[in-house]
Amino acid sequence: MSVRRLCADQPASFAFTPENLDWCAKEIKKYPDGRQASAVIALLWRGQEQNGGWVSEPMIRAVGDMLAMPYIRVLEIATFYTMFNLAPRGKYLLQVCKTTPCWLRGSDEVTAAVKSRLGVDQGQVTQDGLFSWMEVECLGGCCNAPVIQVNDDFYEDLDAAKTGSLLDQLARGEQPKIGSQTGRRSSEPASGRSTLMGGDR
Amino acid sequence: MLQDKDRIFTNLYGFDDWGLDGARRRGDWDNTKALLEKGRDWIVDEVKASGLRGRGGAGFSTGLKWSFMPKVNDGRPHYLVVNADESEPGTCKDREILRNDPHKLVEGCLIAGFAMGAHAAYIYVRGEFIFERKRLQAAVDQAYAAGLLGDNACGSGWKFDVYVHHGAGAYICGEETALLESLEGKKGQPRLKPPFPANMGLYGCPTTVNNVESIAVAPTILRRGASWFMGFGRPNNSGTKIYCISGHVNTPCNVEESMSIPLRELIEKHAGGVRGGWDNLLAVIPGGASVPMIPKSICDTVLMDFDALKEVRSGLGTAAVIVMDKSTDLIRAIARLSAFYKHESCGQCTPCREGTGWMWRVMERLVTGDAEVSEIDMLLDVSTRIEGHTICALGDAAAWPVQGLIRHFRPVLEERILNHRVKRTGKIAAE
Ligand SMILES: Cc1cc2nc3c(=O)[nH]c(=O)nc-3n(C[C@H](O)[C@H](O)[C@H](O)COP(=O)(O)O)c2cc1C
Ligand code: SF4
Ligand code: FES
Repeated sequence: MSVRRLCADQPASFAFTPENLDWCAKEIKKYPDGRQASAVIALLWRGQEQNGGWVSEPMIRAVGDMLAMPYIRVLEIATFYTMFNLAPRGKYLLQVCKTTPCWLRGSDEVTAAVKSRLGVDQGQVTQDGLFSWMEVECLGGCCNAPVIQVNDDFYEDLDAAKTGSLLDQLARGEQPKIGSQTGRRSSEPASGRSTLMGGDR
Repeated sequence: MLQDKDRIFTNLYGFDDWGLDGARRRGDWDNTKALLEKGRDWIVDEVKASGLRGRGGAGFSTGLKWSFMPKVNDGRPHYLVVNADESEPGTCKDREILRNDPHKLVEGCLIAGFAMGAHAAYIYVRGEFIFERKRLQAAVDQAYAAGLLGDNACGSGWKFDVYVHHGAGAYICGEETALLESLEGKKGQPRLKPPFPANMGLYGCPTTVNNVESIAVAPTILRRGASWFMGFGRPNNSGTKIYCISGHVNTPCNVEESMSIPLRELIEKHAGGVRGGWDNLLAVIPGGASVPMIPKSICDTVLMDFDALKEVRSGLGTAAVIVMDKSTDLIRAIARLSAFYKHESCGQCTPCREGTGWMWRVMERLVTGDAEVSEIDMLLDVSTRIEGHTICALGDAAAWPVQGLIRHFRPVLEERILNHRVKRTGKIAAE
């Protein structure tokens, strides 16, 4: 468990855009009547997206009002689930996987490359506002280790050099190729498939 | 070796079309109505007879689990909940199903849901899998548009809805009752059992939670027959299975193979062998982070199934094979996992909340050797006081990797401590 608190600097208010309000209404409809609290993660997530990547206190109140949940229950959700960022972050949030399968394949070098390239500590934002980074536990892509998640996307089969080039591309505003950085389609053996070779079926 | 014609996940790597057309070409959604017409009991019995055991880690009979759902509806709705929280370190198979073969899961939801009298399934996808979640939602949308889901699913007269739900980063939400709590909009903290989900699950209603792979293989089992599935693997361990092979192998990969395949054959046929050759192998964690490691001597001959790995005091778990060659600092490898469990403990029970942190701190000192030899036994002792004394199995999962390390590599731990002491006293003597 880790202690997670809201940040000290909070905006005065938060309101979902009309489009997002519609989206939220659809999300709430997935659940039976009276069970609207089930949508709390989805709504906070949408709020986080709208808010440039972090969850604010007024947002927590807004979501609580929409779902008829006590604010404290929504706060609990925001602090329990680690993908809710409780402070502003860079345009690109790098989640660097450090769990054993990634570590066995060189995640320490990848982390070092991120650290030295960005020159800020975990959780801080680079001066240009572009990057922040954090170490995370297994991202569920271990056969393509080491893995970094940048915002929504996974970048896989990394090493220090490939990590540097990934960051360069992001800094230049380019969209790097998502997924394996060594050209694998997904998690087939790098030397070519050992199964399912009968062509597309 | 399993032949391609007997593989269930024929688009595991996504070289073919993931969508409905591709899925139909691969045999999915082929007269699903006829399967449903055979009735609830037939489906449950056939899955039971196939010997399918849950692919989420615990290996409980899937058909038996479905049969625990009340036969008659007492007014409360029944729910199927699919566990796509995939967060066990080493495990990355459900991801491939979600993004490359999602219709197998969606069709499986209808069939399994129907078999347990449910009109709705919720699929709980881990928060990090954003692409996979969107892909799954797209598959669900296709299925609705084609009349495969909805008020009259596949023309069967059965109303069935599938909802995609997601988390926001918490390993513990993979535990089935924590997942239900999370789905209800609460913190993901496991519930005490009993009551079991089959009686009191989602919203207090009868619920079955199954892993993605368990549900996704069901339609193929029904189409090809229980005896076909039974034909692979040893008795009580039947079927095919997606293995995730990571770590120090030449070509890490996911691969669908027969159950009970020898570990060595699995690694050499599909993962290009151990880096530096089989003799360079040190140890393997054969079933995801939560199971104890086994040294090379056991790896030489062990079979990859529930019973064989249990016999050597490890487990098949999620069949995530983490390979470590002789360059590995095993103490550090396990210390990393201890850090993982400390981070992921939900904090509800004292032995787990305090114990995972305590074990991690000792493990960190063992990495440098800054410890007493007697602390190894203390660590073992404490681990057994966590194991079996907590609400959920995360406590056990935190204890087992440490126990595996001590069981098989105690001399390595002792040597580290003694070396550290020599260095320290040497320094003092030199001063
Ligand atoms: C801490 C913990 C984490 C778990 N994580 C997962 C998971 O990510 N995915 C999964 O399918 N099962 C996970 N499980 C197992 C589930 O509790 C449950 O047994 C499983 O989803 C049942 O599905 P099955 O019978 O099809 O295997 C976890 C269990 C524990 C104790
Ligand atoms: S064992 Fe750990 S994770 Fe499970 S309920 Fe107890 S504190 Fe939470
Ligand atoms: S350990 Fe990094 S993705 Fe699994």
